[in-house]
Amino acid sequence: MKRTATTVLAVVLLATAGCTNDGGGGGTGSANVPGVTDSSVIVGTHMPLTGPAAAGYSKIAPATKAYFDYVNKNGGVHGRKIEYKIKDDGYNPANTQTVVRELVLQDKVFAVLNGLGTPTHTGVLDFLKTNRVPDLFVASGSRSWNQADKYPGTFGFNPDYTVEGKILGTYVKENLAGKKACFLGQDDDFGRDSLAGIEKILGSVAAKESYVTSNPNVGPQMGALKAAGCEVVLLATVPGFTALSIGTAAKIAFKPQFVVSNVGADPTTVGKALGAGAPLMEGLVATNYLPLTTDEANPWIQLFKKVNAEHNGNAEFDNNTVYGMSVGYLFVQALQAAGKDLTRDKLTEAVKKNGFQGPGLVPLRFSATDHSGYGGAQLTKVVGGKAAWVGTPYTTDDKDAPVTAYQGQAATPPQNGVPAA
Amino acid sequence: MSQFIYLTFDGLSRGLVYAAFALALVLIWRAARIVNFAQGAMAVAAVYVAYSVTNATGSYWLGFVVALLAGMVLGVTVERVVMRFVDHSSPLNGVVVALGLVLILQGTLGILYGNEYLPVETPFSRDAFEVGGVAMLSRYDLFVIGAVGTVVVALTLLFTRTAVGLRMRAAAFAPDVSRLLGVSVGGMLTLGWALAAAAGSLAGMLVVPTELGLHPTAMDVVFVSAFAAAVVGGLDSPIGAVVGGLVVGLLLSYVSGYIDVTVTPMAVLALLVVVLLGKPGGLFSSSKARVA
Amino acid sequence: MTDVKPKASAAPVPDTGLIVPKRRRRPHPVLVIAIGAVVVVALTYVLPPFRNYQLATVGAYFCVTAGLTVLTGLNGQLSLGHGALMATGAYTLALTQNKFMNLPFSFAVAILVTTAAGAVIGLAAARLRGPYLAGLTLAVAIVVPSVTSTFDETFNSDQGLSVVLDPPPEAFPMEQWQAWLCWSAALVVVLLLALLVRGRFGRDLRAVRDDETAARLAGINIARTQVLAFVVSAVCAGVAGALFAVLAQSVSPGAFPLTLSLFLIMAIVIGGLGSLFGALWGAVLLVVLPTLSQSVGEQTGSQRLEGNLALIVFGVVLVVVMLAAPGGLASIPSRITRLIRRNR
Repeated sequence: MKRTATTVLAVVLLATAGCTNDGGGGGTGSANVPGVTDSSVIVGTHMPLTGPAAAGYSKIAPATKAYFDYVNKNGGVHGRKIEYKIKDDGYNPANTQTVVRELVLQDKVFAVLNGLGTPTHTGVLDFLKTNRVPDLFVASGSRSWNQADKYPGTFGFNPDYTVEGKILGTYVKENLAGKKACFLGQDDDFGRDSLAGIEKILGSVAAKESYVTSNPNVGPQMGALKAAGCEVVLLATVPGFTALSIGTAAKIAFKPQFVVSNVGADPTTVGKALGAGAPLMEGLVATNYLPLTTDEANPWIQLFKKVNAEHNGNAEFDNNTVYGMSVGYLFVQALQAAGKDLTRDKLTEAVKKNGFQGPGLVPLRFSATDHSGYGGAQLTKVVGGKAAWVGTPYTTDDKDAPVTAYQGQAATPPQNGVPAA
Repeated sequence: MSQFIYLTFDGLSRGLVYAAFALALVLIWRAARIVNFAQGAMAVAAVYVAYSVTNATGSYWLGFVVALLAGMVLGVTVERVVMRFVDHSSPLNGVVVALGLVLILQGTLGILYGNEYLPVETPFSRDAFEVGGVAMLSRYDLFVIGAVGTVVVALTLLFTRTAVGLRMRAAAFAPDVSRLLGVSVGGMLTLGWALAAAAGSLAGMLVVPTELGLHPTAMDVVFVSAFAAAVVGGLDSPIGAVVGGLVVGLLLSYVSGYIDVTVTPMAVLALLVVVLLGKPGGLFSSSKARVA
Repeated sequence: MTDVKPKASAAPVPDTGLIVPKRRRRPHPVLVIAIGAVVVVALTYVLPPFRNYQLATVGAYFCVTAGLTVLTGLNGQLSLGHGALMATGAYTLALTQNKFMNLPFSFAVAILVTTAAGAVIGLAAARLRGPYLAGLTLAVAIVVPSVTSTFDETFNSDQGLSVVLDPPPEAFPMEQWQAWLCWSAALVVVLLLALLVRGRFGRDLRAVRDDETAARLAGINIARTQVLAFVVSAVCAGVAGALFAVLAQSVSPGAFPLTLSLFLIMAIVIGGLGSLFGALWGAVLLVVLPTLSQSVGEQTGSQRLEGNLALIVFGVVLVVVMLAAPGGLASIPSRITRLIRRNR
């Protein structure tokens, strides 16, 4: 009796858990491609919507979805509406495993787009490869996404951290020559690759410190950097820790020039975390490779603000919003290029062919052998609480290529805001 | 040397916060023989209340007072609605229920406020005074010292000089006899929870602005450090809690300054192992290892 | 979509001291496990791939909840550090596997290392009681990220390690293979536990839990019993951790947070402390509840609900079960049965 009752209960539980997921369509589309029908294409992503890493980043996927909604309202891509499934993994790699499997096996997504995080996404590379799911525009600057031989379906988006480090280093070399430069970075690929890039340009830094996200106290590190007499501090930090570092330094009357990676430099997010200490950001140098939120005259910003107002509930417009919409724009471009008769192979082929003209300041590097994203960035400086451009964009690579000024013209969005085929 | 001075002051200021939090744990332990694992989440909830009040009124101090009151109310609620009905035949039960409360509180706060770090202001500047180029204390550190000092003195007076304090101690140590003598044991228990929750909320108000910001899980790590402090001092001893707090604060500060921040949780573990194996009831325990 | 539960009723010891044990003849554990194995194999052919993956996850959780319920439910030692023991197993497997590429060998090493870790913690634990033990194991739980960052050359800090695995034999889909792997391990673990606790060792465990003085008078070596219980339970956690490393093909401290340890406690409490059958219940809930609450969150379209609703549900269930049905969910059907019988 007891056992029967429990079994019945258990079955009911599992069944309820299951029934919500069985709706996601296998395709009746052209070649029975997973997630594709004549009228829709399902794409999924994993993002930290909760947990300590969610701050700021949780706004990316809704922005991407908002852009897709905008495209859908304008007729979709080759007649297909894009359905974007956003799964929360809380930045926990174990959860990423589960939600990505759910996306691929249960929801039958056509592709995974913009999965966020190095430790989280690294774990699903093999799974996505085995299932031949295109893994586009990973939201992290790790160099792991650029392994065309090993992971033919995986492509990056962000300039990798080494490229960015070289550009940050170039700024220090040209504008702060002779000052004692030091480094504080996250204790993972982000910090390490960034430092490698910086040291390619500057040689060895005077002092280097690291932090882990599980310990929100950078007092000792900032104390050590102060004791070492640092005049410039390069940060490879996430937004919360950028704010913490700047605030802690001010607390011990340590006021170096901060030069910060794009990952941790969104003035809105950092300013919010600093609260009343937001003016401490003044003069902060960082990089960006997408249009600045404050640049009202930029046609991309005008487009994205319009999309944000119409489809994103007019959410606060920051770098994460621009980032999310830029990812969406690029994905739509790739879908257009893949043609009406959509398959997974055609999509990756289209990405490899590249030639995308979008909001980015510098070209994407995609080719048959190169799967890394943007190849450079431009420096910014916080003036009057807002980021402003400095100089021209730079491009370089993660090896020993020189850092060179990029002269190409910025593209403008098409009239209706949807890339043409 | 200058670093040593800085680390010492930093450790003392942090240690006082642990002390206030450890006091909260000790108060409840003495009154109810429960280690309140929900103390951290309750404190965070109080800080969220302060955050809302301060944002609405613009007054830090109004938020501060409301937070302590809200903490008390929460403490009373938890005791009256939940803890009172827990079967205490096994010490496990209280712990498990408290863990359940942690999940409920964190989930609720996440839904109400979102899982983002919210910036929390300090009422005083955190810029340290410098004496001869050596960073010493900030105004905020002085505030922390004053606030925790007041609590310690007030509690000491309460327990040693007032009738209520005497009744609370009696109710905790000899409930049956006290009841016969007309002491409202249940009432004293509730009062203990209220005081403890207020002390915990104070610790939360003091520590949250010095870290990443306000987040449903903001007190998790603080809880572990404060718990270590309470255990080091002996769960039965309020003085032990204060001393334990300072010991843990200094240890963490020196370890992170001279070795590495990442090592600090290991240092806490090592301290616990040494103290517990050497003196299983804590440094200030009078009796032998208390079988909970 | 039947489920796997029945096999675990193997547990010959659902008595928590709180429920009156029913004197019904129980089938021998070997028989129940064999039936369970058949059910699982059948399920892996019926279920779609994602369900198979979830089934595999349940199996992995089952290993650790079964071990923990023996420690906490039968022996009365509360460990908040089992997440850390899982991490020990997972990291050992990852390091060994990446070096030697031999999965059985890696599992063996993982078991050995967690045995050692369990013995060390168990030796300390045997001297501690109640909240002191909880505090020590809590400190163990939060030391994981600290260890991986301090020795980042070996453990690669927050980013963790990826686990290199040979692909499963051609004939089997990945998820089916994973389910088999996890459930083979789970069934072996549970069978051994069931045989262990139905014998003298089980009686010793309960005697120590209920009254140490009486147990000592009866000639039971208290410390040895407690350390042994901790080691047994640590090994189970190590196996579970190793399974998770294989499932995730990666290990990182983020996969073994403090909440994992708390969830494990919750799982065994909800299932009914001390009952292996309840441990299975707990393992199922650990997989099902988050999925359910996520889909609720998705349907309401509220991002904030999504992760947090699960927490609240877990918490409420935990408190309610503790207050209303200390025998765990598994005891409810029998309570109802008893009620019905009484009313007849």
